Amino acid sequence: MPIDSINWMAGGPQGSGVDTAANIFGKACGYGGLYVFGRREYHSNIKGLHSYFHLRISPKQVIANINDVNLLAAFDAETAVRHINEVVPEGGIIVDAKDMDTKVLEVPTFPPEYKEEIKRIMQEQNLGETLNDWLNHAKQRNVHVFPVPYMNLLNQIGEKLGIPQISKITRMINVLTIGVSFALLKYDRNLAEKAVKATFAEKGKIAEMNALALNTAYDYAEQTFKTDFKHRLTKLDVNEERLFLTGNQAVAMGKVLGGCRVQTYYPITPAADESEYLEAHQIMKTSTGEDEAIVVIQTEDEIAAVNSASGAALAGARAATSTSGPGFSLMVEGLSWAGNSEVPLVITYYQRGAPATGLPTRHGQGDLRFAMHAGHGEFPRIILASGDIEECFYDAAKAFNLAEKYQMPVIHLLDKAMANCSQTYPVFDYSNFKIDRGELLTEKDLEGKEYRRFRFTETGISPRVVLGTKNAVHWYTGDEHNELGHISEEPLNRRRMVEKRMKKLEQVQKEVPAEEKLKFYGDTDSENIIVSWGSPKGAILESLDMLKQEGFSLGFMQVRLIHPLPTEEVKKALQGKKRIIDVEDNYTAQLGGIIKEATGIAPNYYVLKYTGRPMTTTEVCKALKAILTGKAAEREVLTFGS
Amino acid sequence: MVLKPSDFRVPEVFADWCPGCGDFGIMNGLQMAFAELGLEPHRIVMVSGIGCSGKEPHNVKCNGVHTLHGRTLPFAMGIKVANPELEVIAIGGDGDGLGIGAGHFVNAGRRNLDMTYIIHNNGVYGLTKGQASPTLRLGLQTKALPKPNINEAVNAIGLAVISGYTFAARSYAYDVRHLKDTIKQAIQHKGLAFIDCLQPCPTYNNITTKDWYAGEDRKDASGKPQSRLYKLEETGFDPVVHDWSEDFQKKMAAMDKAREWGDRIPIGVFYKNELEPTFEERLKDRIPFYRERPPAKQKLKDQNGFSTVDLSEFMGELKTS
Ligand SMILES: Cc1ncc(C[n+]2csc(CCOP(=O)(O)OP(=O)(O)O)c2C)c(N)n1
Ligand code: SF4
Ligand SMILES: [Mg+2]
Repeated sequence: MPIDSINWMAGGPQGSGVDTAANIFGKACGYGGLYVFGRREYHSNIKGLHSYFHLRISPKQVIANINDVNLLAAFDAETAVRHINEVVPEGGIIVDAKDMDTKVLEVPTFPPEYKEEIKRIMQEQNLGETLNDWLNHAKQRNVHVFPVPYMNLLNQIGEKLGIPQISKITRMINVLTIGVSFALLKYDRNLAEKAVKATFAEKGKIAEMNALALNTAYDYAEQTFKTDFKHRLTKLDVNEERLFLTGNQAVAMGKVLGGCRVQTYYPITPAADESEYLEAHQIMKTSTGEDEAIVVIQTEDEIAAVNSASGAALAGARAATSTSGPGFSLMVEGLSWAGNSEVPLVITYYQRGAPATGLPTRHGQGDLRFAMHAGHGEFPRIILASGDIEECFYDAAKAFNLAEKYQMPVIHLLDKAMANCSQTYPVFDYSNFKIDRGELLTEKDLEGKEYRRFRFTETGISPRVVLGTKNAVHWYTGDEHNELGHISEEPLNRRRMVEKRMKKLEQVQKEVPAEEKLKFYGDTDSENIIVSWGSPKGAILESLDMLKQEGFSLGFMQVRLIHPLPTEEVKKALQGKKRIIDVEDNYTAQLGGIIKEATGIAPNYYVLKYTGRPMTTTEVCKALKAILTGKAAEREVLTFGS
Repeated sequence: MVLKPSDFRVPEVFADWCPGCGDFGIMNGLQMAFAELGLEPHRIVMVSGIGCSGKEPHNVKCNGVHTLHGRTLPFAMGIKVANPELEVIAIGGDGDGLGIGAGHFVNAGRRNLDMTYIIHNNGVYGLTKGQASPTLRLGLQTKALPKPNINEAVNAIGLAVISGYTFAARSYAYDVRHLKDTIKQAIQHKGLAFIDCLQPCPTYNNITTKDWYAGEDRKDASGKPQSRLYKLEETGFDPVVHDWSEDFQKKMAAMDKAREWGDRIPIGVFYKNELEPTFEERLKDRIPFYRERPPAKQKLKDQNGFSTVDLSEFMGELKTS
């Protein structure tokens, strides 16, 4: 039986075009009506260290990553070594023929601690020292090995193009691997060619060169590999319009929709892509026929980024800044100022492996408590956590409504996995998205009246004006202040101001719609419930399906509004459950702790991961099953992925 | 609109500087300059950092944003970029702008936003009780210092000029007329204007005092004090870059003047160049309608509240077909 859902992986040294290969591959699959989920892993390095891209492709929606690889396109020996054991029986490995004799322990980019691991594997599996030995061992597991003489193919291509120096076209190895992959998968080569051309559309001759490389490799593989490779990709006819986008892009588009018109940033992984995308798409069309534009400012540091965003917000622009852990650390004082001055500030916070510089290009969810408590003193804030790309889009837009309505900083808490994954979706229909600027007074409203920026009100929300409004000269200060915004150290005024600010959180609790606070999936009447937040969602949802088919009953509560935590609703959902399983990408189970603090109910099982790699469906499912069958420790720590 | 300095008073706020503090003079200078320029209070935004100087906006009737220590420039930038119609005046102490905020000081020069930045240069950290500020010279020991200053001073005017400020001037808190005129020129300047305002702190700085600036310690034969301050404009010094070819030489001349200190201290305009495009002009090159519809003035929604943005171009690029 042919296998129609596959997990394709491309890997090679950074700078060798792994991302481009994945992009072309994903596009080609998209053209054929297939769903794609992609995940990108890379070192904090520009050239030479290992990077790889997973693409899961299926006729049905795919939303997470799995362990098993069906076809591995290795640009170099390192990729083959690192991922060989992920390739399933009946799967295939495409390698460079010239790498076969490479001694695996001599790959120069392997660090000593990894070499130890290799030695251990060699001993355990009784493996020889060359890549060929490793591949032969894989063949015993029924893995197909497809050695491709990349250099010969490049020579042929070079001749045709009249380019004698092969070094000028070695970059095209990535496209060669795509040609070979699609030939093996018997996929429509026209779609592959279309994807190549679209990818290099703006590069003139390069597009043609790459198309030639693709076809040369496709022909070579078709003629050479007559093996019975069971995996197939078959195009489907679909009428629906779809998008293939990354988390970064979804957030950027969401911001545009939500009216963000000033974005500040200081370059940092994995946040900077979002700002660069925004700058590239600075001018936008509107239904009024009048274009609008977002100003993107690269500031001198994150301190300037957060504070200039606050300044822009006070002047009436919807404003945001985007960063990850190290940058947010620098923003903390500014956050406190914004909380005190009731600034509608939006901070997009992509967590990555931490502490310190940590794993700068890797994933983690270790900053929840930091986002929640950052800043000296007590002030209200909102923390939204999106669990998939579509939520990223709408939450990014909604963040501005919340920020302006409740006049407080909103932290949109994401992570590296979310930022760098890509997924196919039906085109987003955002026609119902409304802009709510909260209580915003104009010059007219204030004619003949005295304006007090921080007027005490029932809800704690004081009607706002933007700087520059006539009849409304007003003041802000980071000091405690009176209603006018002047410094005040009077104890009773202080008490009222603290209460006024904090009270706004009650309003948030009351007004945010239920499904935007918590989302429930699976069998919520079950005695077992998963709690989680952010990017593990995909792996959890796929696991729920798999476990259901195996007869397990399990529910899932995704927390979307993490702060203020919808305490009562969470309590209701967790009360009386036998197993509460907390799934998070951190060591200290931060959400679990927060839930316990707020509700008195603690999870009794934990599935945690802190290797810097996101969870896969395979490992989540396995851990959950172990828990449900009483075979698990209270704490399951996941480690899959290189 | 005819305005008087008194229109810019804030009677409900008690200005809590020490008696004799130079900050009063700066407050008066600001109120007079705003009145003479006929700037309506609601169109002005005074942004300040933290320090005694940071309280300036609470004592002037216009919008005030009293921010964080060292961060006056980033806030000011955000405000100005969002709405370039606003008259933005950034205020700060010497510690604020040249110590903790020095990174912003330099980088603001690279942008050349059309706004004004006034540093209250009193040689000390007033509000934290008199520690050395970045403008205090090596070896001086002001009143509250346990030991003489171990750091050399930064040259504020020089730093402004090489950082790209297109207007650099110095004035004196007790020559309110000169200060008022300098503030007016700074506001009218197209581009980022910096004023190094010498500001006696009678409480902690017992070295560069009002008497010292006035030269009370060096009277001439008739008993008249010989002021240490002299006005550049009275010496025929021409700070203006009329043509790019003059720029280097004008910058060098400004730097040269900025080195003078001690018995002769220049005040007035050191450097002025309106040829350099402002940040707003640079933005307009990218966004043709930036002036008419800056970030703060965009509509965002239609009459029913729906977002007016049309994302089809964005989505077009991401479509799989
Ligand atoms: C981040 C931070 N560090 C330290 C302080 C304490 N602090 C308050 S005012 C000040 C110094 C002010 O000196 P300066 O900027 O020269 O202003 P002045 O009071 O002299 O006008 C300091 C260090 C603070 N408010 N914030
Ligand atoms: S300490 Fe100095 S700067 Fe501060 S108010 Fe007193 S005199 Fe003015
Ligand atoms: Mg000072």
